[in-house]
Amino acid sequence: MATETNGGESSLVFHPMDQFIVEPLFGNGPIHWYTPTNVTLWMALAVVGVILLLVVGTRRRAIVPNRTQSIAELAYGFIYKMVEDVAGKDAVGFFPYIMTLFMFIVFANFLGLVPTAFTTTSHFAVTVVLALAVFLTVTIVGFVKNGSKFLGLFWVSSAPLALRPILAVIELISYFVRPVSHSIRLAGNLMAGHAVIKVFAGFAAIALVSPLSVLAITAMYGLEVLVSFIQAYVFTILTCVYLKDALHPSH
Amino acid sequence: MATETTGETASTCVGVDGSAIGMPQLCFDWWPNQIFWLLLTLVVIYFVLSRIALPRISAVLAERAGTITNDIAAAEELKQKAQEAEAAYEKALADARAEAQRIVAESKAEIQAELDAEMAKADAEIAARTAESEKAIAEIQANAMDSVKDVAKDVAKDIVAAMGGKADARTVTAAVNARMKG
Repeated sequence: MATETNGGESSLVFHPMDQFIVEPLFGNGPIHWYTPTNVTLWMALAVVGVILLLVVGTRRRAIVPNRTQSIAELAYGFIYKMVEDVAGKDAVGFFPYIMTLFMFIVFANFLGLVPTAFTTTSHFAVTVVLALAVFLTVTIVGFVKNGSKFLGLFWVSSAPLALRPILAVIELISYFVRPVSHSIRLAGNLMAGHAVIKVFAGFAAIALVSPLSVLAITAMYGLEVLVSFIQAYVFTILTCVYLKDALHPSH
Repeated sequence: MATETTGETASTCVGVDGSAIGMPQLCFDWWPNQIFWLLLTLVVIYFVLSRIALPRISAVLAERAGTITNDIAAAEELKQKAQEAEAAYEKALADARAEAQRIVAESKAEIQAELDAEMAKADAEIAARTAESEKAIAEIQANAMDSVKDVAKDVAKDIVAAMGGKADARTVTAAVNARMKG
């Protein structure tokens, strides 16, 4: 899905959003919920990547690990420590769930950086489901584990009594804004970065500025590599923070 | 909007030229598809991780930690053994040294005793020889005295005769004896 500059030689036509179009893999039929699309393809590749790293990479179960196994162990230790440190020791039961989120996002983000790839995590449909899953999990776990005490999360007992109702309203709003910011942060970052790269690529059609354009694309790509990891990290650590609230609602 | 003309895209979110209308992210026609495949993906990853990958990695990490602990314990044990061996060696060395010193002292005492005995024997011999020699010297001296007396008598008799006197043998002998005493 390269940017088509089909508007003629003189005029530049940018289609930075075309890369996000969902298309059927086979034929041109309508897209039903079950239709195999490019979403399917790139999510399947993410699954393959996760399996290659964490299952095939560790198949030797070596005491002295090779490179792939080292990376797999590093990822395991990274997320495990994050869950333990941020959400608490009693949250390690959620470790496979959080690891799933992290591995999916990180693989989807990096696969999206492959030229002509489809970035699944740049779609709100994907990130909203991820964020809502976290939101619902946290809310349900909070009420199941703490009962009505979970509402203490909104009742700031350390604040003066007069301020508490106002703070409760603010806390309640911020609680419900969480899934929105959680999802838009991830999709927005990726969408913006990929769109900007496409815009720069569009300028490459002008011979005069094309070296600058290529340079800008390179710089942007480097930034996007960072963003890919950082956004996966941020999404995961926020999940841990929210989970901590659910398990230990006292302020 | 002639939707039937866009037969190749079949969507309200994609224009006739194949480019996106607005943000494809907000095309809700595609959401069910994306959500379905996402959920499927998450379930697959979750099962792969929780059934295969995570237990395996955790087992490998635990095994490595165990191996490292065992190795450290073994190294500690070997170190202990080396220290023990060193102590034993030091002890053997000290024992050998003490034994050597004891043997040296013993030999010294033995030699000293032998030496003392030999010295005493030699001293006794020397004393005996000395006494013998003294006796011989005394004998010689006595003999010499007698000879001196005889010579003195003869000489005195001769001197008296030479001076024209007549020497009485008894008087000369008495005179010589008196002189010899004095």
